[in-house]
Amino acid sequence: MSDITASKRALVIIGAGPAGMSAAVAAYDHGIRDILIIERDNAPGGILRQCIHNGFGLHTFKEELTGPEFAYRFEEQVRERGIEIKLNTMVLDITPDRMVTAINEKEGVFTIEAGAIILAMGCRERSKGALNIPGTRPAGVFTAGTAQKYVNMQGYMPGKEVVILGSGDIGLIMARRMTLEGAVVKAVCEIMPYSNGLTRNIEQCLNDFNIPPLLSHTVVKLHGRERLTGVTIAEVDAQRRPIESTKKFIQCDTLLLSVGLIPENELSKSADVVLDRMTGGAEVDEFRQTSTEGIFACGNVLHVHDLADFAADEGAIAGRAVVDYLTGNLKQQKRIRVLTDGRVRYTVPQYITSGKDVTLYYRVSNIFRNATVGIYEGERKLLERRKIKLAPGEMETITLPASLIASIVGDTIRIGLEEDK
Amino acid sequence: MKRKLICIVCPKGCEISVEYDETTKEVLNMTGHACRRGEEYARAECIAPKRTLTTTVRIKGGGLLPVRTDKPIPRELMFECMKVINRAEAPKDAKIGDVIIPNILGTGSNIIASANA
Repeated sequence: MSDITASKRALVIIGAGPAGMSAAVAAYDHGIRDILIIERDNAPGGILRQCIHNGFGLHTFKEELTGPEFAYRFEEQVRERGIEIKLNTMVLDITPDRMVTAINEKEGVFTIEAGAIILAMGCRERSKGALNIPGTRPAGVFTAGTAQKYVNMQGYMPGKEVVILGSGDIGLIMARRMTLEGAVVKAVCEIMPYSNGLTRNIEQCLNDFNIPPLLSHTVVKLHGRERLTGVTIAEVDAQRRPIESTKKFIQCDTLLLSVGLIPENELSKSADVVLDRMTGGAEVDEFRQTSTEGIFACGNVLHVHDLADFAADEGAIAGRAVVDYLTGNLKQQKRIRVLTDGRVRYTVPQYITSGKDVTLYYRVSNIFRNATVGIYEGERKLLERRKIKLAPGEMETITLPASLIASIVGDTIRIGLEEDK
Repeated sequence: MKRKLICIVCPKGCEISVEYDETTKEVLNMTGHACRRGEEYARAECIAPKRTLTTTVRIKGGGLLPVRTDKPIPRELMFECMKVINRAEAPKDAKIGDVIIPNILGTGSNIIASANA
């Protein structure tokens, strides 16, 4: 690309979902004017455009909004500030020295030299290919988010009799959505003994419509040649192996998969950004700066959030920090690695580099009741918090005050969890 | 009638058992709740559950517009409301917040646009 003259921008943000737009607004409000947001879709909003259900914004705006309404609030803030968004534009490559190569129909391929980059590309759905369900390969198997796009944006119903595999929130939301539009949802199978969705979605999307959540169940076979005609489901044992005697056929023409989300980091890899195996996103410090200098990450590309509100909050953290980076005020005196004990699956950030209060976001690996979450340096306990209930589906936070961070002498600390005896 | 429900007021997720009379709409007995808000939630859920309905409506000339109720409606009216909404059309220039169907089924709740058409 050396023969192409690159234009320069102070800040390039990749993705105009809640995290990217919130990052742009925060960077602008802290003094950076030369901001470009690049979005591959034909409108800003990201995945919120198809999330027409309510439950957004309680945390950010103290009122309950639908996805499009929540996105519109940020879109307005971006527009009021005159921040440029390039729509229908796909970023093809970013380099460790922050050259962004993108393509669209009007300008063709072009390269921008960015002072800083914020990655806000969101996540994608785990698909059937990643699950390997035995049986035939008929039409009628969709990820829940694809079905959501068909129903809510394009007006197509994927089918009439539905089984849902996985109890992620999108699957639960789609169980209600398809029921309201006249389909029959016969079962939601969840391989784990607990649901991964929010309790209120279990109550309002399944229980309201008498849809049975089948915990410790999975789909073991697909049937049908051209179109799905049914699935075989089975209960699983403690090792998640199907129990032969519990196999049962359910007639259906549609299987929706709601089995997890994966941060979409192909671009990050091209910029040598180090990824965390647990989150699937970049390893970052408390400013959300990745291992590649000047490249920051926020929202679902960093780790999958429960609420769009939290993705937007994280965008604001990155947006503010980028301003400090660009003005030479990002003070990083140390690099303390936060280790986890396995019960705590991951934390974001993974590194602490300054002397300010730092909030760690974390997820646990199982359901724990009456437990204590502690942060330790060696044997020394820095901080502990009592928790009545912890679940993998609910992201938790713990804040390390500056005074405690100042007391850390080594370069690692550990976060762990103890259940009451 | 007896019902078990999981409280959604806070992340604790108490399992509340409620015994109530369907005809007199009276709660006879409640166990499992840990706070006052949980008690109120469980009572409302058994006596008069309400829900915000979100769906789409056709736009005149093509396309779909996301819409919602501006106030929660009685849960048992959700399917009736869907029938009304699926027969309706939104104008091409509908803006976010515009009333698309006023006072749906006499509930006092309007169906409003949740995006620009």
